[in-house]
Amino acid sequence: MKKTLLLLVIISSSNFLFAQSDKYVAAMKKNISQIDSSIQKGNAAELANNFERIGDAEKNQWLPYYYASYCNVVKGFIDPDKTKSDATADKAEQLITKAEEILGKENSETDVIKSMIASLRMMVDPQTRWQQYGPISSQNIEKAKELDPTNPRPIYLEAQAKFYTPESFGGGKAVAKPLFEKAIPMFDAFKPESELHPTWGKATTEYFLSQCN
Amino acid sequence: MIAFLIIYSATHAQVNISGKITNTKNKPLAGVSISIKDSYDGATSDSTGNFSFYTDEKGEHTLEVTATGYRPFEQIVNLNGTPIKQNISLKELVTELNAVVITAGSFEASDQKKTTVLSPLDIVTTASANADITGAIKTLPGSQQVGESEGLFVRGGTASESKTFIDGTLVNNFYYTSEPGLATRGRFNPFLFKGTIFSAGGYSALYGQALSSALILESIDLPERSSADLGISYLALNGGLQHLAKNKKSSWGFTYAYTDLWLAFKLINQKPDYYTIPVLHNADANFRIKTSKTGMIKYYGTLSTTRVGFRYADIDSVGMKDAFSLYNINMYHNLSWKERLGNGLKMISGFSYSTNKDDISNELQNGDNQKQLITNPVLFSFKNFGVVTHGNYVNAKVVIEKRLKGLSAIRFGSEYNHSREKSDFTLFNGTKAAEIIKENLLSGFAEADIYLTNDVAAKLGARAEHSQLLDKWNIAPRISLAYKLADNSQASFAYGIFYQGPERKYLPSYSKLNYAKATHYILQYQKLTNSRTFRTEIFYKKYDDLFKTSLTYGREAVVDNNGYGDAKGIEFFWRDKKTIKNVDYWISYSYLDTKRDFLTYPTSIEPPFAAKHTASLVIKKFVTKLKTQFNGSYTYATGRPYYNIRPDNTNTYKIFDKGRTKDYNSLGFSINYLPGIGKPNATRFTVFVFSITNVFGSNNIYSYNYSYDGRNKQPVTPPSRRFYFLGCFISFGIDRSDDVINNNL
Repeated sequence: MKKTLLLLVIISSSNFLFAQSDKYVAAMKKNISQIDSSIQKGNAAELANNFERIGDAEKNQWLPYYYASYCNVVKGFIDPDKTKSDATADKAEQLITKAEEILGKENSETDVIKSMIASLRMMVDPQTRWQQYGPISSQNIEKAKELDPTNPRPIYLEAQAKFYTPESFGGGKAVAKPLFEKAIPMFDAFKPESELHPTWGKATTEYFLSQCN
Repeated sequence: MIAFLIIYSATHAQVNISGKITNTKNKPLAGVSISIKDSYDGATSDSTGNFSFYTDEKGEHTLEVTATGYRPFEQIVNLNGTPIKQNISLKELVTELNAVVITAGSFEASDQKKTTVLSPLDIVTTASANADITGAIKTLPGSQQVGESEGLFVRGGTASESKTFIDGTLVNNFYYTSEPGLATRGRFNPFLFKGTIFSAGGYSALYGQALSSALILESIDLPERSSADLGISYLALNGGLQHLAKNKKSSWGFTYAYTDLWLAFKLINQKPDYYTIPVLHNADANFRIKTSKTGMIKYYGTLSTTRVGFRYADIDSVGMKDAFSLYNINMYHNLSWKERLGNGLKMISGFSYSTNKDDISNELQNGDNQKQLITNPVLFSFKNFGVVTHGNYVNAKVVIEKRLKGLSAIRFGSEYNHSREKSDFTLFNGTKAAEIIKENLLSGFAEADIYLTNDVAAKLGARAEHSQLLDKWNIAPRISLAYKLADNSQASFAYGIFYQGPERKYLPSYSKLNYAKATHYILQYQKLTNSRTFRTEIFYKKYDDLFKTSLTYGREAVVDNNGYGDAKGIEFFWRDKKTIKNVDYWISYSYLDTKRDFLTYPTSIEPPFAAKHTASLVIKKFVTKLKTQFNGSYTYATGRPYYNIRPDNTNTYKIFDKGRTKDYNSLGFSINYLPGIGKPNATRFTVFVFSITNVFGSNNIYSYNYSYDGRNKQPVTPPSRRFYFLGCFISFGIDRSDDVINNNL
């Protein structure tokens, strides 16, 4: 009886421990799976808040803040009201800074987000702001590539930037196409550090590639 | 055992929390985050402001509600199984992004602020401006198209009623020395400035001694990167270096420019006969040091020389000429320091020292350019003269600002202006006379910015001044209010009293004088979106105690303050960057109705520097395929009055003749070609500029000059029908992106 009781206590206590990180993993997985469809559904703001709550509750996980920042950036890009972009970019920047503080340094994925934040700011008034934010955006892409050469996301960002740059400035669909094509196998080959680490981007890369033909 | 398991795996009772989020005006807020502190549980409000979620937590917890631009809301809730329904109203934070801005009377050009209508790049690329700040401001409502004399003539005021300030302190010689019949340029390169505020009236208590307007310029901070700059055009060569320290905390730089109009005058016919073609040397140096995270010391200094000489037909004779010659050397130093002192206190201080030497001479010459010394009639003897003026100027200002709740703040400070001008005259017969005019002006001012909510803002200020020259005090109120009418539109009102001392050229005076006074009332409405701006302003200016002058010992000098006048009008401004693809245009219209009695005017008349209707259209189009920006600017103004005002044989000034010039119109066109644009990592930035002023060659007449006997009337026209400019500017950046990568790995 004592042995069984002890066994039960051990099982229930370990259950309790696994339950907490199970909870974290489950909540993260649930929200991560909704990211790709958030562009169509328009619920990027809701996902951003979900991730932020997880981050505030856990306190020592960088990924919730990373995803919260990413969802804020997506929300900013979708919102047609450009007067709100700077405030959204500020919020995204706060969140990615929290993520990097927890990590103790930047990494390839956080640099990808920082590049997107700079692009969001630039889109408020491209003619005036490209000189200030253009270089920040491209420098972060370069850092992301150096920190992890297997990461497909900086390649995707670079290709997307070329896609939207006018041909007379050295951009355009023809220049972007090979970069998108380079990114696709990188997405397939990419090995994320955990099941919660970022893997987004293949669907949008394929969409852009279809637009290049 | 099984019971234990059943108890263990029993689910907790879930509590439902729901409600509606609104702002203080009962408008639902979407995207608001509602959460239980330290738990995953929460929700985001939908488009109707409603939210609903379930939580597993039990007992006392904190409900947190946050939204960008609003004060966060917290409440303790007890989670004991019963559903909680909570409607929450959030208070808006008074932030720069949301608050109404007081704009009555002023146009701002800077990169940051919400209410800016121009960017610094706009000033440089406006076609008719030729990269002169004043030229660009003349396309905005409020200033007149006066081409015969330099400066800004604003809302019925003369150019001396408009003063320019750099980093807070007065600039005594903002324009190059006056030459007869010409509007000289500003001395400063527009690329030096990150912020420009053109106030056509109602400006803050921090500035004074300008009856009409203040041009407030703020110099750039640290450059983004080190660079070398080179400019080549057919009339000037300039080169410079800007060095940014590796730690990005300081920078220094210098430039030198050599201007010689020899080739320009060979290609473009000039009406005056230039015997000394204008040659200018301009050198400047700067340094900027970040003293702390929030403080900076900036220094900017210039040294420039100008040499010019030209002949024009003498109006009082037939076949004789006046030969004017000018040699100027000017040195200007500006040191400023901004620092946050802690406890919400901020200090802004500025100091400037400048010296100016003008060596001017006028010689009466015959058809063979030989000096003619004629003493009969007497007026001809005054045509031969020389004057050397030395000016020394010191300006200092300190402002202490304390931030209160939200955006509210109070500031107070003091300003000191010293000027000493010594003029050495040499008359036709060799007699020498000297004059020294000194002034010490001490001012104190206080101002409060009051933001009660995001919808109402007020600025209340007062300024007191003491002039040693007049030996008098003055104290003036400055009040302005702004009220937000809707999301993008607001109304502003400004009221203020402005005092000014007499112009140095009418001194010394042999009478006891007072300050000239102007009272401004301005009402403005504006609607601003990301791509369109609409502004309209109605104003009334009352002038009192204006200076009256008369000939005293052969010179025009101030005699009393019996002058007066008024100016009223309405102005419109519309800017649209969106409607036509890739085209950015603005339209300004000013209506001005003004009369005044001052200087030698025998009565109150419409002054010659005011046109009733003035309109400008500025268009900019960027063609990406050609990497070129095309700029056009067209200005139209109705004719200005002109008068022949002379003393009669009883020495009383009378109007012997008057008229009105024909309407003024001028089209300016310029092209900027940027071959390197669009390469974000480019280290070289090049721009080619080509511009033409007065494309259609309209024969514009600014005014008329009369001979002494009134029989001869000469039109005052621009020195050449058109002017062309062709130049290339290259900025070589020293790429620091490698440093960035190395420092972060």
